[in-house]
Amino acid sequence: MAAMPFAQTLGGTRFVFDDLKTLLARATPLRSGDVLAGIAAASAAERIAAQRALADLPLSHFLSEAVVPFETDEVTRLIMDRHDAAAFAPVRHLTVGGFRDWLLVAEPAAVTALAPGLTPEMAAAVSKIMRVADLMQVAAKCRVVTRFRNTIGLPGTLSIRLQPNHPTDDPRGIAAGVLDGLLLGAGDAVIGINPATDNVEAVMRVLEMLDRVRDRFEIPTQTCVLSHVTTTMLAMDRGAPVDLVFQSIGGTQATNASFGVSLSVLKEAREQALALGRGTLGDNVMYFETGQGSALSAEAHHGVDQQTIEARAYAVAREFHPLLVNTVVGFIGPEYLFDGKQILRAGLEDHFCGKLLGLPMGVDVCYTNHAEADQDDMDTLLTCLAVAGVTYVMGVPGADDVMLAYQSTSFHDGLTARAMLGKRAAPEFEDWMTRMGIGLDADRIPARLSPALIGLE
Amino acid sequence: MSAADQGDGDREAALPEGRGDLPRQDDAPALWRDLRRFTDARVGLGRAGTAVPTAAHLDFQEAHARARDAVWSALDVPALARAIGLPHARVRSMAADRRSYLLRPDLGRRLAENASIPHAPGTVAFVIADGLCAIGVQRHAPAVLQRILPLLALPPGPIVIAEQARVALGDDIAERIGAAAVVVMIGERPGLSATDSLGLYITWAPRRGRTDAERNCISNVRPGGMGYDDAAAKAAWLLRAAQRLGATGVALKDDMPAIALPGP
Repeated sequence: MAAMPFAQTLGGTRFVFDDLKTLLARATPLRSGDVLAGIAAASAAERIAAQRALADLPLSHFLSEAVVPFETDEVTRLIMDRHDAAAFAPVRHLTVGGFRDWLLVAEPAAVTALAPGLTPEMAAAVSKIMRVADLMQVAAKCRVVTRFRNTIGLPGTLSIRLQPNHPTDDPRGIAAGVLDGLLLGAGDAVIGINPATDNVEAVMRVLEMLDRVRDRFEIPTQTCVLSHVTTTMLAMDRGAPVDLVFQSIGGTQATNASFGVSLSVLKEAREQALALGRGTLGDNVMYFETGQGSALSAEAHHGVDQQTIEARAYAVAREFHPLLVNTVVGFIGPEYLFDGKQILRAGLEDHFCGKLLGLPMGVDVCYTNHAEADQDDMDTLLTCLAVAGVTYVMGVPGADDVMLAYQSTSFHDGLTARAMLGKRAAPEFEDWMTRMGIGLDADRIPARLSPALIGLE
Repeated sequence: MSAADQGDGDREAALPEGRGDLPRQDDAPALWRDLRRFTDARVGLGRAGTAVPTAAHLDFQEAHARARDAVWSALDVPALARAIGLPHARVRSMAADRRSYLLRPDLGRRLAENASIPHAPGTVAFVIADGLCAIGVQRHAPAVLQRILPLLALPPGPIVIAEQARVALGDDIAERIGAAAVVVMIGERPGLSATDSLGLYITWAPRRGRTDAERNCISNVRPGGMGYDDAAAKAAWLLRAAQRLGATGVALKDDMPAIALPGP
């Protein structure tokens, strides 16, 4: 695995890139996190020189040079151990540049079948020489379908995570947000709460409340409290109704350590959730969130650019057959993604890489108040993602998360994207909405969804 | 995979399009609007087609404008010091200004040269820091501090006011103090509904290089979120548990019972 330098001459200037991770970093479209890490290209010329050198690199090179050392990183070992040579065969002979052309030409079935043969670094590399439109149209070819109590990811669908967070986890406050979202067609991906604290008792109270709401209204969906995986395991030990196990993950062993997790903990949690047997249609029991910049934030990036590290997190995710995975693209702040332009590109890269690697990829289209971004940027990203076939997006009351203090997409935004692009909810959920009378009369709450049924009186 | 057709735009979305006219905020159905009794979240907004009605849209834009301005708010240190009314030290991070602070979090985690920090081994140190928004620190930190101090099992250590500071600056400060634990009281990123949230980060055996997984966090401390008394009780509980366990973070499970602890 000895690193060899790469070189590219551009207009009489010779650019040298010491190793693969340096080449990838210099080839990455500009973002503040790579500048912060001191690994970004120093000029636009250096960036395109790196992109040209990267385009000439054989895809097979990625199987012989790791960007994070195999010996000290269990994510690298996972990537190498799980590589499927047979699935890789159709593109084994290609360069990164040739791979871009292949992806743009290939049929959906061929692109989809490739997933186990690709490493995250291959996906990240090709994304770096793709425009936004390329990222969208290739992602739209990938087919990924997952199931728990409904079917997520069918062609022509756009699912919504109902995210009715409350600053103190007040059960009635959360229930009001749930009802509001259901009335606006959200909740087919999951009804998922970010708890205000990681207190086991509080987490269990919210889990039980969500399960009761789901049961009273007979909703064909799943619920989740996005507490730390070890808290969720404790809640399962104590008999809590856990549908999905959530965890934030990253693309290096040290990043995951900073989150307090490892591959073995995730495996154990998944087995515990599977043993509960709560899924009626399928056994995808995991829910992961990721986001560019988390490795640098934890000083666990090994000099690798943030987008490549992000793609490596998808190798962690796919090991555990998740129902849902989403990047929280604009949450981390302007030091990683400075403005609406950087957030737009990152969101589409993450969605593309996730889909190419076989994940049910959603995106939390979002920004914080210290980023140079606003709702117009989110409308643009959401529309691009919906065109690209994003599996799901978030639904937050009025786009304003009153617990996490950031802006995501609203229930209304989900409705708008579905209406503009002819997208539909998951079929089981759509049937349920019809059965419950949702949308028949915009002025009234249907009797079957009476707030009194869930304690709102 | 065949249950649904490719989206081809010829089928209606699952909900009707609405009536095209612009309903006023007051036209939202009564029951729907009444959901707002239960939460400050933006529920029951009504619809204009699939979008939010004009009034709700402008409410949102106004809140965002306020939050944008709040990010650039500065700590009024003399006023904060008066409100605390106790001896304290004052330090800065290596981030020279707000823009540098936003783009270079690494600088916000390191103490500026020549920082003068008292030595007080074995104590609980308190770092009061501006973080991403100074408003909540200014308003709430003195009151929360006053409520925590009488609940401590360990001796209270120095109080340090820190500007352009990230959470991890507390590790650097507390390591120099020799503190057994540090409580960093820091301004949280302003949201649309609240621009005055205070966060409390508790780290046992603080030293440079600690990760966030080695801390416990109490977030959204403000009158409309977690109240002063609850926040102080929880912080004191976590400090006691940390002392027993010899650690904070993922290893310290927050299973404090929901019943209120006896006050000071």
